[in-house]
Amino acid sequence: MEPTSLAFRERAAAALEDPVLRTALSRLESGWQQGRARAVAALPEFELLRDAAVAIKDHVLAHLDFYLDIFERRFREAGGVVHWARDAAEARAIALEICRKAGAKTVTKSKSMVAEEIGLNAFLEANGLRVVETDLGEYIVQLAGEVPSHLVGPAVHMTRERIAELFARHHGGPPKQGSAELVAEARRVLRRRYLEAEVGITGANFLVAETGSIVTVTNEGNAELTQGLPRVHLVITGIEKVVPTVEDAFTLLRLLARSATGQEFAGYTTFLTGPARPDERDGPREMHLILLDNGRSAMVGGRFREMLRCIRCGACMNHCPVYLAAGGHAYGWVYVGPMGAVLTPQFAGLERTWTLPHASTFCGRCQEVCPVRIPLPELMRLWREEAHRRHLPPPTARYGLAAWAFLARRPALYRLATRLAVRGLGLLGRRRGRFSRLPLAAGWTATRDFPAPAGVTFHELWKARQRNRA
Amino acid sequence: MPEQPRVALFVTCLVDLFRPAIGLAAAELLEAAGCRVEVPEPQVCCGQPAFNSGDRATTEDLARQTIPALESYDYVVAPSGSCAGMLRVHFPELFDSDPGWKRRAEAVAAKSFELVAFLVDVLGFTDVPGRLEARVTYHDSCSGLRELGIKAQPRKLLGRVAGLELVEMSRPEVCCGFGGTFCVKYPEISTRMVDDKLADAEATGAELLLAGDLGCLLNMAGRAARKGSRLAVRHVAEILAGRLEEPPIAAPREKG
Repeated sequence: MEPTSLAFRERAAAALEDPVLRTALSRLESGWQQGRARAVAALPEFELLRDAAVAIKDHVLAHLDFYLDIFERRFREAGGVVHWARDAAEARAIALEICRKAGAKTVTKSKSMVAEEIGLNAFLEANGLRVVETDLGEYIVQLAGEVPSHLVGPAVHMTRERIAELFARHHGGPPKQGSAELVAEARRVLRRRYLEAEVGITGANFLVAETGSIVTVTNEGNAELTQGLPRVHLVITGIEKVVPTVEDAFTLLRLLARSATGQEFAGYTTFLTGPARPDERDGPREMHLILLDNGRSAMVGGRFREMLRCIRCGACMNHCPVYLAAGGHAYGWVYVGPMGAVLTPQFAGLERTWTLPHASTFCGRCQEVCPVRIPLPELMRLWREEAHRRHLPPPTARYGLAAWAFLARRPALYRLATRLAVRGLGLLGRRRGRFSRLPLAAGWTATRDFPAPAGVTFHELWKARQRNRA
Repeated sequence: MPEQPRVALFVTCLVDLFRPAIGLAAAELLEAAGCRVEVPEPQVCCGQPAFNSGDRATTEDLARQTIPALESYDYVVAPSGSCAGMLRVHFPELFDSDPGWKRRAEAVAAKSFELVAFLVDVLGFTDVPGRLEARVTYHDSCSGLRELGIKAQPRKLLGRVAGLELVEMSRPEVCCGFGGTFCVKYPEISTRMVDDKLADAEATGAELLLAGDLGCLLNMAGRAARKGSRLAVRHVAEILAGRLEEPPIAAPREKG
């Protein structure tokens, strides 16, 4: 997927005028924000859990090769096949090959952000496969020909009316009214697809090194049907998802749903170890795992390493005033909100996405709620430094900064220049106390008055005060 | 603690240029609390505009320019959570590969405080001179709140202002949308955020909106003025010091 992040400002501005999106995003704010707050308040050891989670993730990242090696061996011993993919193109090619070997016509899929990251659906469809999303939100987004607008709730931007209209168009029949009817209809359609599919594709929330298990978390049980019913199960995930032990996975699981939706635990959590054994009647006959790097191993040794702690809970976006104003689609690529503002430049290139790390007031709420304490503002600032080095922000911003920096480095000249400027503006603004318009300040004065300076600087007043005292 | 601590007032560039009354109020509060206040030179700006724009070289230059001016004092105090946060949290981060400057930055960081937190946490001073018959509400500016843990201190001191009634917003901790250059880079989002903030403040029935950071205050006052809101906007130090001769931010200075 080509990023359209350079249009962030325009798309956010449009989103602000979209009443449907306003309603949807305000629900997110009242629902999941408060849900998390309640869940955290009910768990006295929440902060200790966060510390433990950080320790687990940092330990794994410091020994990633070691744990991936153990995981690979265990996964193989359990009967699975591991495929390593350096980048998105390799991962797509491997996935297609597996589907072809399985003779697949229909592929079911439970929600996977890594699949979105590599643009898997479009690629498989271009190669003649029918891909059916089974997470209700993803399914809706797929029918609409859109991309997810939220990590956990892909269709948070949609209303029930819009969904009813989509379903009627794709499933036939009159538009349904209630949520229960819509869910029942989706279930009816999806149940057929589960049985038709030759390959089921899932992501993985965690990979457990000691057992070779993959862990999936959903609220709909669709991952279980996706991995259990087709003959071949294909897992696609990033290399940073490995944890040492089952106990470690549980530490992170205790944080995941609480941070995401305020649930103590998601509806369905499955540990899956290998395909069906020869004497078992249920389960896939083959199990494949694509482990995607796509720049992650470079992050391990670099300045963005802490980002690899991310467990994709979405708390950062649920609490981000910028995300809640702009909506997910404004971000213009797969990952959205504060975590997306850090990850997207990594995966899609800073030249086409440098606007995202700038789309933050650095208010720090994301870091405050992140279960694995990722210093998201600091990481966004690192991208800003990189963007500054590469001269990516527009010339007006750069020259403005350079002019200010020139003066600020020369205190005596700065004093003189600011004294004159403040005096002039102070005189001009004396009567009204503010300006409705000022040259070079349109970004401010389009919607705000510009408060007039007092007309004399503090440093002048202070000198006078000291003289009077002497 | 020395008997009369020598305090360097780091006045901040915005207070210097826009509203010196805040700096004078800060000095008066510190003096009332028994400090000897000086305004050492050179002090221009803590460097945040450069830091948050990704201009690391300018940020480091400004830190190297500022640190020597502050080193000899017992404390450094700024009437701003975000500038104090820059000194206290970010200055040392700038010099990870320069041990000499890192030590100096850490020493300054350790004795740098936001004004209200300094008065309450370090000096234990609560005997504020301000008096004001008014319903006020207080916005928690982000850096002060999340980098420095400033939440209870301003409320504690406002509680000592005779006549003043503090009414809380439903979400006092949500960003006002200023964010330094954010407010001009993404004015549409910023405006939505400040509108939400003003609506929350107006719903309290307060006549006066306070905060501890002039950046946020200019944003909120500028928007309130444009919308014709009846909310007056001031820095918390003005109220605590009882320094009200200056009209509220963005209000007319002379009768037309």
